[in-house]
Amino acid sequence: MTADPARALVIGASAGGVQALLAILPELPADFPLPVLIVLHVPADRSNVLAPLFASKCALTVKEAEDKEPTQPGVVYFAPSDYHLLVEADGALALSSDELVNYSRPSIDVLFESAADAYGAGLVGLVLTGANEDGAAGLKAVAAAGGLTFVEDPASAYARPMPEAALRACPAAQVMSLARIPEVLKGLGQA
Amino acid sequence: MDAALSPVAPHEVEDIEIQLLLEALFQRYHYDFRHYARASIKRRLLQARTHFGLPSLTALQERVLHDPEMLPLLLGFLTVQVSEMFRDPAYFRALREQVLPHLRTYPSLKVWIAGCSAGEEVYSLAILFREEGLFDRTMFYATDINPDALRAAEAGVYSLDRIRKFTENHQKSGGRTSLSDYYTADYGRAVFDKSLRANVVFSDHSLVSDAVFGEMQLISCRNVMIYFDRPLQDRAVGLFKDSLARNGFLGIGSKESLRFSRHAGAFADFVPEEKIYRRREP
Repeated sequence: MTADPARALVIGASAGGVQALLAILPELPADFPLPVLIVLHVPADRSNVLAPLFASKCALTVKEAEDKEPTQPGVVYFAPSDYHLLVEADGALALSSDELVNYSRPSIDVLFESAADAYGAGLVGLVLTGANEDGAAGLKAVAAAGGLTFVEDPASAYARPMPEAALRACPAAQVMSLARIPEVLKGLGQA
Repeated sequence: MDAALSPVAPHEVEDIEIQLLLEALFQRYHYDFRHYARASIKRRLLQARTHFGLPSLTALQERVLHDPEMLPLLLGFLTVQVSEMFRDPAYFRALREQVLPHLRTYPSLKVWIAGCSAGEEVYSLAILFREEGLFDRTMFYATDINPDALRAAEAGVYSLDRIRKFTENHQKSGGRTSLSDYYTADYGRAVFDKSLRANVVFSDHSLVSDAVFGEMQLISCRNVMIYFDRPLQDRAVGLFKDSLARNGFLGIGSKESLRFSRHAGAFADFVPEEKIYRRREP
């Protein structure tokens, strides 16, 4: 049986997430074949520092997601602070200022659930370190749509609750250390 | 395999149900959400389905078609926005410091808050205009499609636990007074002074289907168009273009843009970082 080819990667992270993403994103090559959509919980002011911070360290293009923007392979899109990031059926991005989900805006669940609808079995979901339970329902939706699910090993994560909750919701997810994640991601989308 | 029997993912069935439900709402009640961005509408409809304990969106459609009392409840899920007073304080600071000096030159002013929801922005602007000495010469038009939201806006009552954030925002916006000058606390609620709405007209208006609102000097419509698809955004921006007086100002949400609109040429950037535009000379 051959798996569906991956079409997009979604990543959710909270406490400790900047450091975790710094161990992952700079390792991805410029020809990484998937769009990368990321929700990282940060304080809700408008200084959106994430895209500039990562852009200078990555071979991939890194930007803040814009409403109704079509996604492109090899581009990293960060949800802007204080907005949810969603994916429409045609793969375009959408923002919303709907109420908080899991006390969070942006919420990982909102991104993952809408992306699971849009990409189905072509989606890869990755839940990293965090001190809350956002992302658990989202990862479950990714699995239900037939996508691949990865969780950072709670034992070595900066904060355990988020990866632990993701594993409870999605026991079949592959658990891996932060150090191994880049290598696994580099294998995605390869024929 | 016979196409009719091929497997369909559950979410694809939901997509069909959403389309039918939105069509039903339009045909039965003339509320038109057919051109709203689908991913958000879907979340809201699924929340409503869960809230009402219904097995499917088809069941939700059945209920709302046959029971008009369901309509306002469903509208609550589809439209109500949780906002804050002086949300994005830098926007209000830009209005205060850069837009109001221009408005000061007019003997009378009209301001339209399109999609006013529960009124947080209406009271914010009323306070801002009062602090800057422009309130008495200004007529504010606050519109929304949801009658319950309009009633809430007109009441001007907010939970006291939200006031701390409102106060912080107000100060960051360059507020010259204390927010507590404008409300009285009452059993966990902040009741805003009715004199703030002396010059406010609350009215039902849809950016989807209704017409131009005349000769505004300022239109503020934030985080409303973000829920529209491109064609509907274009309609709304066209409506704003035609509703603004010469050199009038348009403020939109911090993550919204006129860039992709076919009416973009009718507007000039005024405070680009706060998404405040100015109508060009026709």
